[in-house]
Amino acid sequence: MIYFDNAATTKPCDEAVKAVMNGLDRYGNPSSLQGMGVEAEKLINAARNAIAKSIGAADEEIYFTSCATESSNTAIFGIAKTLGKRKKRIVTTSVEHPSVAVCCDELEKHGFEVVRVAPDGEGRINADDIISAVDDNTCLVSCMLVNNETGRILPIEQAFSAIKRRFPQAVTHCDCVQGYLKIPLKVKKLSADIISLSGHKIHAPKGIGAMYIKKGVRVPPFMRGGGQEKGFRSGTECVPLICGFGAAVERYSDTIAERFEKAHSLRKYLFEKCDEHGIHVNSDMECSPYINSIALEGYKSEVLLHFLEQRGIYVSSGSACSKGKKSSVIKEFGIAEKYQDSTLRISFSEENTLEQIDSLIESLIEAREKLCSTR
Amino acid sequence: MKEIILCKYGEIALKGLNKNNFESILLKNVKRRLRNSGSFKYSRAQSTLYVQPLTDDIDMDEVVDKLSKVFGIAKLCRALTVEKNMDSILHDSMDYLAEALEGASSFKVNAKRADKKFPLKSPEICRELGHEILERFPHLTVDVHNPDVTVTVEIREEHAFINALKLDGAGGIPVGSSGRGMLLLSGGIDSPVAGYMVAKRGVQIQAIHFEAPPYTSERAKMKVEKLAEEIAAYCGDINFYCVPFTEIQEVLRDNCPEELFTIVMRRLMMEIAQRFCEKEDIQCLVTGESIGQVASQTMYAMVCTDAACRIPVFRPCIGMDKSEIVAVSRKIGTFDTSIEPYEDCCTVFTPKHPKTRPVLSEVEAAQVAYDYEPLIKKAVDNTTVKLIRNKV
Repeated sequence: MIYFDNAATTKPCDEAVKAVMNGLDRYGNPSSLQGMGVEAEKLINAARNAIAKSIGAADEEIYFTSCATESSNTAIFGIAKTLGKRKKRIVTTSVEHPSVAVCCDELEKHGFEVVRVAPDGEGRINADDIISAVDDNTCLVSCMLVNNETGRILPIEQAFSAIKRRFPQAVTHCDCVQGYLKIPLKVKKLSADIISLSGHKIHAPKGIGAMYIKKGVRVPPFMRGGGQEKGFRSGTECVPLICGFGAAVERYSDTIAERFEKAHSLRKYLFEKCDEHGIHVNSDMECSPYINSIALEGYKSEVLLHFLEQRGIYVSSGSACSKGKKSSVIKEFGIAEKYQDSTLRISFSEENTLEQIDSLIESLIEAREKLCSTR
Repeated sequence: MKEIILCKYGEIALKGLNKNNFESILLKNVKRRLRNSGSFKYSRAQSTLYVQPLTDDIDMDEVVDKLSKVFGIAKLCRALTVEKNMDSILHDSMDYLAEALEGASSFKVNAKRADKKFPLKSPEICRELGHEILERFPHLTVDVHNPDVTVTVEIREEHAFINALKLDGAGGIPVGSSGRGMLLLSGGIDSPVAGYMVAKRGVQIQAIHFEAPPYTSERAKMKVEKLAEEIAAYCGDINFYCVPFTEIQEVLRDNCPEELFTIVMRRLMMEIAQRFCEKEDIQCLVTGESIGQVASQTMYAMVCTDAACRIPVFRPCIGMDKSEIVAVSRKIGTFDTSIEPYEDCCTVFTPKHPKTRPVLSEVEAAQVAYDYEPLIKKAVDNTTVKLIRNKV
């Protein structure tokens, strides 16, 4: 089995699995006053500390959620609620993940003015375009760090720092799901007030996410009830998954540079091989090396994907969130129409090898020989 | 409060000497449909099937919902069972009738005295109950010609039944009373509707699907199985045949003139389908085609397809517009599944300019140019069959 769909989800690492089991064993409710509760609370605090450290934040700035989608929903609707009474402008990009894009669409229906900054002719989002879209009336700027379909890295640091200098009242939110523990990421440097994180993209289990909220930034709770997470996110904490998240962060937070180097060499090899065999590459060397968009002209993505799957190679067409739906993001990036329907997303983890890329390329060549192309 | 459900027959009531046949098939279908809903007592009288729950914990809304999908039942009434004396009829029924009567402005009472030993005659029962209703619901007026609500009292051997609300049943005749058909189920909007429509006329259906991995996906197949499961709520359990079709499509693509690709492919599908029909004693093929909807559904194309068939091909959607087919698919609950966006059987292979007026001799010539028999045999041998049961 060759797994090239790490942008969809990753295999939980051994440390995470063990930590989850441990969290299941210590089944006390962190809100209980008795000893078992305290023990569970300690586990949560350790995980919180690991995540805080990894992004250069304080422990009390980290909140656990069920997934990055919840984090982004909480951030966007929360800021719209607190600051949106007077300031009605939201600045975002046209290539966001649906967990941000759909929230903005929803707010637009309720009277907000949403400005969606689009990539330029070369598929790059320019920091200046984001900065100039922000004005006095802007309550929120929400931009992703790494695009989930093409691996494009957005100039968040540049944009957010300028915005915070000129409009300190505007809240900056960054969906960091595809960048976390893959490219260097410190919240202060990023000038982000809020960021969204996901566990299962970094070898932790599904069903756990986190939010960083800078001290002093007020976001109202999305879930109300028993007052867990300092009243910000009610609902009994999912101790096992939180432990798994923490363990994965501990394992990977010190090796960002080495792993990046490895992904980079995998990508370089993939691009060379693609060039050699006439396979189009949508991404480029400026993108995240973990996410690579390629296209085999004349063959439908879905057919290619199933052809590869028959050979034990798992990739994605566009992003996994959209299943059969056509990706509007691919179009936004200005990828030529003849490639749009034939796009495959090859996303790496540290476990992938050069040999696996050879197998992928061989299978794609085989596909070209065997499969019927679109007419 | 004890409720009973009265299932009024549709056209079964008009059948002659073999009425009994239809009735027993209907009873069998009803019993099977309610197998997981609890225990019931069933009785038949005067073109009505009485379904009486034997315990109090039965969810009657669910039972009515299930029965509303059983073909052969024209109307469904939920009725209250009361003791057979005027006192009970007048007083125990008022709360039960309130739901229907409070929103109405006029009513009438209908009495059926099957038990002639009952002391009051029908008009007297009507008069007394009508009086009581007017006292209790003074906003109502009596209208015997166009009432909003008709309250019916039936005096039977053991009990009296009172009801005010009639729901539409599924109509048609019981599944299993008209032979067996093989439905070509693609995953689109039309074919489940076609299956529903022949089942309404009593045909017991089996379904056949052609899959072409890697051109089609596991999820596309799951979607078709889900459709089969959804129509099984009406049609009863379905044998689902899944035919591996990739090789035939690839060979066709290389050997058949492009503009005839779809026609020849459909002829081969029909051939495979009817081999199973012959083996399993299934008397017809059923498709969701509608004249002129797409190139393979022109009259000329269908003539060419049918020439390959040894048994009749029924196309119940033949005269329907797409919007009418969509309306039925929404009604039977298959629409949302049908529009799930997975690559279906043949979009990859579809010719740019298919022939809308194919000539049979040309089509036959295109088909004999290659020996498809070994491929057909292989596809038939590798077909998987799965029993799809209606849920619950």
